[in-house]
Amino acid sequence: MLRYALKRALSLLISLAIASLVIFLVIEVAPGDPASYMLGINAQPETVAALRAELGLDVPKMQRYLAWVGGMARGDFGTSYTYRTPVGQMIADRMWVSLPLALYALALSTLIAFPAGIYAAARRGKPGDIAVMGATQLGVAVPNFWFAMMLVLIFAINLRWFSAGGFPGWDIGFFLALKSLTLPAIALALPQSAILARVMRSSLLDILSEDFMRTARAKGLSRRQALWRHGLRNALIPVLTIIGLQFSFLLAGGIIIEQVFFLPGLGRLIFQSISARDLIVVESVVMLLVFSVILVNFLVDLAYAAVDPRLRSRT
Amino acid sequence: MIRSRNLLIGGTLCLIVVTAALLSFVWTPYDISQMDIPNKLQKPSAAHWFGTDHFGRDIFSMIMIGARTSLAVAIVAVGIGMGLGVPLGLWAAANKGGWVDEIIMRGNDLIFAFPSLVIAILITAIMGASALNAIIAIGIFNIPVFARLTRSGALSLWEREFILAARVAGKSKPRISAEHILPNVANLLIVQGTIQFSLGILAEAGLSYVGLGAQPPTPSWGRMLADAQTMVSFAPHLALVPGLAIVTAVLGLNLLGDGLRDLLDPKIRVART
Repeated sequence: MLRYALKRALSLLISLAIASLVIFLVIEVAPGDPASYMLGINAQPETVAALRAELGLDVPKMQRYLAWVGGMARGDFGTSYTYRTPVGQMIADRMWVSLPLALYALALSTLIAFPAGIYAAARRGKPGDIAVMGATQLGVAVPNFWFAMMLVLIFAINLRWFSAGGFPGWDIGFFLALKSLTLPAIALALPQSAILARVMRSSLLDILSEDFMRTARAKGLSRRQALWRHGLRNALIPVLTIIGLQFSFLLAGGIIIEQVFFLPGLGRLIFQSISARDLIVVESVVMLLVFSVILVNFLVDLAYAAVDPRLRSRT
Repeated sequence: MIRSRNLLIGGTLCLIVVTAALLSFVWTPYDISQMDIPNKLQKPSAAHWFGTDHFGRDIFSMIMIGARTSLAVAIVAVGIGMGLGVPLGLWAAANKGGWVDEIIMRGNDLIFAFPSLVIAILITAIMGASALNAIIAIGIFNIPVFARLTRSGALSLWEREFILAARVAGKSKPRISAEHILPNVANLLIVQGTIQFSLGILAEAGLSYVGLGAQPPTPSWGRMLADAQTMVSFAPHLALVPGLAIVTAVLGLNLLGDGLRDLLDPKIRVART
């Protein structure tokens, strides 16, 4: 297990190194020089030169890349050009919206998908199964930002149960703050829960045809008892993997939903920085998102290997 | 029974979208380059089936042209993915275990680990928001999908006797890949192609929605949704119609993909009977 973990940790580091290089290079190929790109076409040459010096653009690229990566490793993400505040601080502030939103959506997605998947598997081929599978087909096809707009239309504009957007902050109380994240979380969760329900169903159906399930039935357990006591536990392994992967997707996928609801999270930070041409913020936030996705994938792999020893030898 | 139903519904939905897109080249009910302010924000009626937008443009016509944008972006993005991914996968399988295989597969793992949406946003933000850059950003992430699928399909084929026969006959690896392997993985590629196609439509809509895809005045479904957002309270049809268009296209492609998989994959057919 330790050898497997070390091997995976090494590939994690390589992934991160390449990811940072790719992001750095994409920013480098920005049309023209980053300083003039950030200042726009009407900038005075002296201003551009001053910014170049401030950003350290006058040093070789390799040195600049190492300084950026080294800084991030120490938790120093640089200083935003437009806001004049440390990028690390800005990210930390926005994290308090994006992270709870992703977790909330993950919880909702699981809560919807588990019963739906189990119900469909238990009624394979019957109308209940066909209805759930039809609903998941639809769920996968719905763009989450459009679903978000429809939720706003129904629950915020017509019924007035929720606010149409914005986030009042956690200071106003946990439940009130959570309420303002509810519509965004539902919008994020729905397409994911459709995928998860399908995985849950097919995983359960695979298990149901196993010999040990037949043994359980032969022992005298009813179909339902066998499903709950033996089937579910075994079917959960692939489902948990998908849940892990979904978390990183929800964190990254939240950036468009944050636009719909005007939530002050990482997504809005990215788009604001893009329009303000604040490249330092853009590259740091993107790197952070990539880092969390790669890290979650790594943890899922480790958890999976801990549960299923066969996987350790397979790499 | 289920097999033909998926194929039928999916095929019909796709046909509607493709027909609308193709028809828009020669005919749309109204000219969408003309503003008609007196008739702005009209509800669906006999004159304007899907109503009009805030410039008085006919939404039905815009949806038709938007279908063109969506399909064009998705087709080219899938083309990039297949065009580069399939040869890479064939190469990797033909030289299994070699350094080429290793590099291709590790590279694929890396791209898979990237949050595609975030990178697509980064690429379009830096290179400039346009339909072309959206295509590139979406297409890059299709490459590993097709490379991996082709490789795994091809690997099992390389063990088969007819390939051995071809090798004994003195055919080179590239020639065997092209003449014998490729036709046998084509079914897999077609099915995956429809799925990537639908993901491409969703991705294009998302990028256009945040303003990083097709630029005005080119109508695109995502862009129409972005424009509708501030008007959804008094003109809900502005948001409803483009959204349903996206759902129709994506649902159609997914059902078509499912139907084709069942039709083309003999293993599943045997398992069912």
